[in-house]
Amino acid sequence: MAAPEARNGSPAPAREDVEPLETELLLEAINRRYGYDFREYAAASLKRRLWRRIHAEGLESVSGLQEKVLHDPACMERLLRDLSINVTSMFRDPSFYLAFREEVVPLLHTYPFTRIWNAGCSTGEEVYSIAILLQEEGLYERTRIYATDINEAVLETARAGVFPLDKMQDYTQNYIRAGGKRAFSEYYVAAYDGARFQRSLTDNVVFAQHNLVSDRSFNEFNVIICRNVMIYFDRSLQDRVHRLFYESLAMFGILALGHKEAINFTPHASAYEAIDPHEKLYRKVA
Amino acid sequence: MTVGAYELIVVGASWGGLHAFSELLDQLPDDFGAPVALAQHRSIDARRGGLEDLLQLHTRWHVREAGDKMPIERRHVYVAPPDYHLLVERGSFALSVDERVQFARPSIDVLFESAADAYGSQLIGVVLTGANEDGAAGLARVKAAGGVAIVQDPHEAERATMPQAAIDATSADAILPLNEIGAFLYGLCCAAPAREVTT
Repeated sequence: MAAPEARNGSPAPAREDVEPLETELLLEAINRRYGYDFREYAAASLKRRLWRRIHAEGLESVSGLQEKVLHDPACMERLLRDLSINVTSMFRDPSFYLAFREEVVPLLHTYPFTRIWNAGCSTGEEVYSIAILLQEEGLYERTRIYATDINEAVLETARAGVFPLDKMQDYTQNYIRAGGKRAFSEYYVAAYDGARFQRSLTDNVVFAQHNLVSDRSFNEFNVIICRNVMIYFDRSLQDRVHRLFYESLAMFGILALGHKEAINFTPHASAYEAIDPHEKLYRKVA
Repeated sequence: MTVGAYELIVVGASWGGLHAFSELLDQLPDDFGAPVALAQHRSIDARRGGLEDLLQLHTRWHVREAGDKMPIERRHVYVAPPDYHLLVERGSFALSVDERVQFARPSIDVLFESAADAYGSQLIGVVLTGANEDGAAGLARVKAAGGVAIVQDPHEAERATMPQAAIDATSADAILPLNEIGAFLYGLCCAAPAREVTT
């Protein structure tokens, strides 16, 4: 029997060709069913993350994932984790933390109180790194850190402050190169489930769910740290988040981005001056 | 394979890759315009800009570290930044910090697979020397999407593991000694007009 043909006489397109349509439908379905909007995520990295979940669920297509996600909220939870976790480490990019110590800390010493927003904090490695740095620089007592993420489950991990023991060797190296002033091991105790970080590090941290795609500004900040989060967004979403940050920063507030994220060509580029262009530390001046 | 219809060349290399890729650049004539993107395994501690500076000595095109959303332009060589995955979308690059693939970030598989999705039959993938198996799955995807798969001859590569894994993973269009890859690419990209060649 001949293969069925499409109306125009050519064979039906291969599965690969309908995948963009399947993806569009999946993202639309997730948005309408669960209220999470991934429609403006960068296509290539989104595709990798979707397929990782498709394989993990034992499925074979994006449409298969759509069916499962719509009927099974637990599957949505797992997918949300895949789509929202940004793999990070404590004191990732030690040179960034060194620059923060040398160039941002002196500015913060001139303020009576500092509000810091760690946007897209994921499992919290960055929050604890910043808290340690601020403690050592005598700033922590007059700082409040707002650590937000789209995913409540990763915030739970962040609140717990327990990180894998086998990472501590790497983190210790990072800490030293980041200008750490003590022994890194003073900040945690080895427990059965991992390295438990001092509770006092979260005394001034507020963990809260916030969606950069759809939620508005919720305070005025002196520092916003958002590293390697926006690389997962497409251009128009990046622009909107930059607008959100601009509106949320106090005058002379600091914006910290990932090493490969430049502020050039974003809508508010001219409103910032670079404090350290290599470390992507910017200051709002207009 | 079709001559003259290629929009992008992706190259993967690991152990011995700097030397091999430099030699490949030396072979490419100035009128060869297709952009080249390289995923080279390297230390995250590598000196900033060091690899680009070294490669720039071997070509008159612009050698740049690929950035997030950076447009892909002709007569440019792009290098994946250390500790990031480099991905390709149609017309531009994207970055991610997702977990390592085949113990590597940047991963050759990630570059090749995303490029194959974006460019299909307009893509050429080249796997050079290396001591691990990254790039094999990626080259298979390049081939499956209709692109051209080229592998350095493992017998003369500084490390044979990576090219051999690529050969085992797909039916390569060409397995060549390093000093013939440039001419082969030139033939594919620059011999006009577009026509079918037998393989």
